[in-house]
Amino acid sequence: MRRDIVLAGLVMLSLSLGACRRKQVPVAAVPMTPSTAPAIAPAVASSAGGGLAVDRSQFLRDSMERARTDSLARLASTGAAVSLRAALEAAVRFDYDAADITDDGRAVLDAKLPILRTNMAVRVRISGHTDSRGSDEYNLALGLRRAASARKYLSDRGIAVDRIDIVSFGEERPATSGDDEGAFSQNRRAEFEILSGADALRTPR
Amino acid sequence: MCPLLHGLVAFVAFGSIAGAQPGVRLGLIYGEGGARPGIHVLPVAGASGDSIRAIVMRDLDFGDRVTVLSKNIALPSPVGAAAVDYRVAARLGINGVVQIAPVAGGVSMALYDVGAKQVLQRAIVPLPAATNTAAWRLAVHGASDLCEEWISGTRGIAATRLSFVADGRIWLVDSDGANALAITQAGRALSPAFRPDGQAVAYVSLEAGGSAIRVADLRGASRQVLEPRGLNISPTFAPDGASIAYAHGEDFGTDLYVVAASGGTPRRISIGRGTDNTSPSFSPDGRRIAFTSGRSGQPDVYIADQDGTNADLLAALSSSSQGYRSSPDWSPDGRAVAFQSQLAGRFQVMVISLRDRVVTQLTADASNEDPAWAPDSRHLVVSSTRSGVRQLWVLDTETGRARQVTGMSGARLAAWSTRVGS
Repeated sequence: MRRDIVLAGLVMLSLSLGACRRKQVPVAAVPMTPSTAPAIAPAVASSAGGGLAVDRSQFLRDSMERARTDSLARLASTGAAVSLRAALEAAVRFDYDAADITDDGRAVLDAKLPILRTNMAVRVRISGHTDSRGSDEYNLALGLRRAASARKYLSDRGIAVDRIDIVSFGEERPATSGDDEGAFSQNRRAEFEILSGADALRTPR
Repeated sequence: MCPLLHGLVAFVAFGSIAGAQPGVRLGLIYGEGGARPGIHVLPVAGASGDSIRAIVMRDLDFGDRVTVLSKNIALPSPVGAAAVDYRVAARLGINGVVQIAPVAGGVSMALYDVGAKQVLQRAIVPLPAATNTAAWRLAVHGASDLCEEWISGTRGIAATRLSFVADGRIWLVDSDGANALAITQAGRALSPAFRPDGQAVAYVSLEAGGSAIRVADLRGASRQVLEPRGLNISPTFAPDGASIAYAHGEDFGTDLYVVAASGGTPRRISIGRGTDNTSPSFSPDGRRIAFTSGRSGQPDVYIADQDGTNADLLAALSSSSQGYRSSPDWSPDGRAVAFQSQLAGRFQVMVISLRDRVVTQLTADASNEDPAWAPDSRHLVVSSTRSGVRQLWVLDTETGRARQVTGMSGARLAAWSTRVGS
């Protein structure tokens, strides 16, 4: 009788010793995005078949790990949201007396397209601006043409026109003061303002 | 214009309107050998006498039709029944003497012809009781304008006002620079335009979602004519004061439209076909419009019928012009259009005579824009950087004389009212 108890205790001891030596779930070295976080839970669930005491401590370790990677992921998504917003709000520059999209302008606008496609609720307002040369009144018309040009680039590539308002300020709201070409080129621009739908921007895949 | 013809016209006009007073000879005052007449304004009695004398002398000087002689000239008191010592006056080079004296309710004003040794005109000019107010100054300006008409045959423009943009607001100021007053709240306002009766100003209000056109009644409130849907800019009243022409754009292309001043359905009056067309200015008979258009690739000034047909370039391109021309203003007498033209990287003010299409360059120093005619079709207000800061300057198209009007931190896009109270 006593020999059976000792034998059972030895078996349990060896099992627990074996459990101690069992490998940990490897920790990811890079921050995980929210989309990979849920994968940790199923791994824990499938190991529930082992001994109860062993799995509880493992469960605790796994929970703490999950909480840590969750908060890393949340930080990452905030950082991602900030850069998504920045890409939506980035301004497009223009050449003197022109409203066509330059190569640089194309790159800035191309970066907005996937974000707009992924976040269908986002609405923006594009404002067109000019440098201070030329007629004050005619520059208001040129500013509108620049905003319309930027909108057309996006709508030609599938973004619905009713998601984009356009407005012109001509030379009345310069980005910077100055009478040199450096200031002039900064002022010839279309600015993007997010009107709505950007509270929780999702990263395009 | 020929002084004799002026004199003949004035003689006929005065004879039929004024009604000759006994002892008053009708005619004009001339200088020696075709020079401008030298005018002396006698000291004015009374508490505001010095102010009245200073205002009248300055107004006559700003009119550029007479030479105002120094107030330091002292004419001896006349001897006997004569009102003026004509012999001494003639020796001092004076051709006309202005005598102003306070009377109940205003002043009496008389103009003496030194050469003819007798009085030329006399009138009583009512003045408000409260002296040195804006209304009182306006009434004194009216006296100056009447005096200038007696001397030269052309009524002066002292009793007028300018409207302009400074600091994001619309301002009013007397033609001599006094009484500057903001008529809009803080914001972003542009392009003031007087209604022909001088009692209201249309302007643009730039707002977050678009630009609106509003009319500010100078004696009351401001009213919205066009809501801020799309681009609505550069308003101008039609000569009958009942409608407003402006530029409107929603996407690619800005066209000219006209709408009733009380609001309503706009009617398109330019055929832009997707190009940009702004800044309309009506001919005095309302049948044609001058405007800025980019239809040929670069902004230029065109004239069209008031339905947009028969559009033609206003001026042939010259070799010195860089091709950017804009901001036309049709003269009140219908004979000329002022505009700005880009030369050597800066804008200068030009005037084209519609009779012979000859272009005259009026400015050369610094940058000069936004010309607007005075009611006499001879003076222009422009926005100039010649003092270092963008300010309003009045130019005389006949003598080239320039005088600064504003001194605030930047002024532009001026308009000139008709004569107030006439």
